[in-house]
Amino acid sequence: MREVAIIASAQADNTATTTSTPVEMLIPVIQQVLANASMTKTDIGFWCHGSCDYMTGQPFSFVSAVDALGAWPPIIESHVEADGAFALYEAWLKIQTGEIDTALVFGNGRSSSGDINRILTLQLDPYVVGPLWPDDRSIAAMQARACLESGVVTERAMAEVAQRNHRNALTNPKALRRGDHSIEALMAAQLVADPLRELDCPAHADGVTAVIIAAGDRARGLAARPAWIRGIDHRIESQNLGNRSMTTLPSAALAAHKAGVANDKIDVAELHAPYTHQELLLTSALGLSEATTINPSGGALCANPMMSAGLARFAEAATRIMNGTADRALGHASSGPWMQQNLVCVLEGE
Amino acid sequence: MSDDVLRIRTPISIKYQYSAGPRVSSHLLGLMDGRFVGKRCPVCELVYMPPRNGTCAKCGALLGEDVEVGQRGTITTFCVVNVPFLGQTIKIPYVSATILLDGADMGMQHLIQEVDAADVRMGMRVEPVWRPREEWQPSLENVLHFRPTGEPDAPFESYAGHL
Repeated sequence: MREVAIIASAQADNTATTTSTPVEMLIPVIQQVLANASMTKTDIGFWCHGSCDYMTGQPFSFVSAVDALGAWPPIIESHVEADGAFALYEAWLKIQTGEIDTALVFGNGRSSSGDINRILTLQLDPYVVGPLWPDDRSIAAMQARACLESGVVTERAMAEVAQRNHRNALTNPKALRRGDHSIEALMAAQLVADPLRELDCPAHADGVTAVIIAAGDRARGLAARPAWIRGIDHRIESQNLGNRSMTTLPSAALAAHKAGVANDKIDVAELHAPYTHQELLLTSALGLSEATTINPSGGALCANPMMSAGLARFAEAATRIMNGTADRALGHASSGPWMQQNLVCVLEGE
Repeated sequence: MSDDVLRIRTPISIKYQYSAGPRVSSHLLGLMDGRFVGKRCPVCELVYMPPRNGTCAKCGALLGEDVEVGQRGTITTFCVVNVPFLGQTIKIPYVSATILLDGADMGMQHLIQEVDAADVRMGMRVEPVWRPREEWQPSLENVLHFRPTGEPDAPFESYAGHL
């Protein structure tokens, strides 16, 4: 295996709406991540993008994103219909082939183009579940109810997750939602999809994240303290909700095992758990202990820019390695109903 | 087997709010005044008309200042549409052309009418035929079509770099 590290990242401010086009949103972030790495576009061997046409409502909308890259002379690029974190996984594989040494990975989405809770319905099985039009919150609420009834989570524990993330977001200028809420106030708040309250649900946002990864000595030359990818693994569960466990996340547990999460202490974990009860399920599946600081950024609860929120978790985790505040960090991205897909990445300093 | 369900209908309806973005908006507002407003790339200085997504694809840069280009232009390339299709509103054969407006660096696509399709050629000079002003919207559809001006053809060298 070739050694690969995250050496730079950049994020747009997460906003509730924007009037810019997706391509206009991309350009400043692409330019910023190159500047952060002291690189120019000709230093990049491979470009990989994550986005979703259903969010823009335009087929092949990702093609126009290439306009943001200045693809002249021609570049080598690819796209995944998924969060940018999965584009990072593709770029990591591309580096493993030996064809390239550097890659710029980015994810973007405008959640505000439509009703995102309804758009996410389209990721459900289109024959027997999708036609019932359960929205994203309703699907998550079914899972939360099952978790409460079985006792794997409590309403108080969910409120504590909301409290911690919103407090952490107070120091994250990119977050969309933040605040210092008492447990009592959180538990007394109105239900939006029983048993979920507003602050149990993700703050869907318009956003962009870009990350540069590089191999071996190239990474050492580009960053003082690269965030080395020591393990990365992607596991997927059945699309059929009836085949799924509602109270455990076996795919996340398997990805964590394969990525070597338990090999040593994790200082910081950035988890892409959109709902409060999901963070509790995920923390358990990943085997994280109280020694791990979870979501110092405020996580997806405080800013969930669809198609870049997972890559933003990787960026946040890598930043804490690169600035020396952590030695071993975990970045996590998810996708699909009940966190159907889980991508786990272990990052280390040296 | 004859009782198996072979097909189901599952209607999907999602509403989207499209935003043109600040750069394309200045172009669309220009059309409300009967003007063709493009934008210049601050890096390579090419004039985009229309200004695409507000970006220069060559440089990966946000487009800069507004540039009003001419009303007349040159056909750089074209095709004759002979195939009928659902929703077709124009009698075939008709011509769809790429038109390089005077002062622009990128061609735009529009219809060529008021001329026999067989007489349309590269280099032909054309001008817009606008709808009545009271029908104008922020849309290139304010131009019904382009038609020949009768000027001498533009020499190939004048548009060779814009094909």
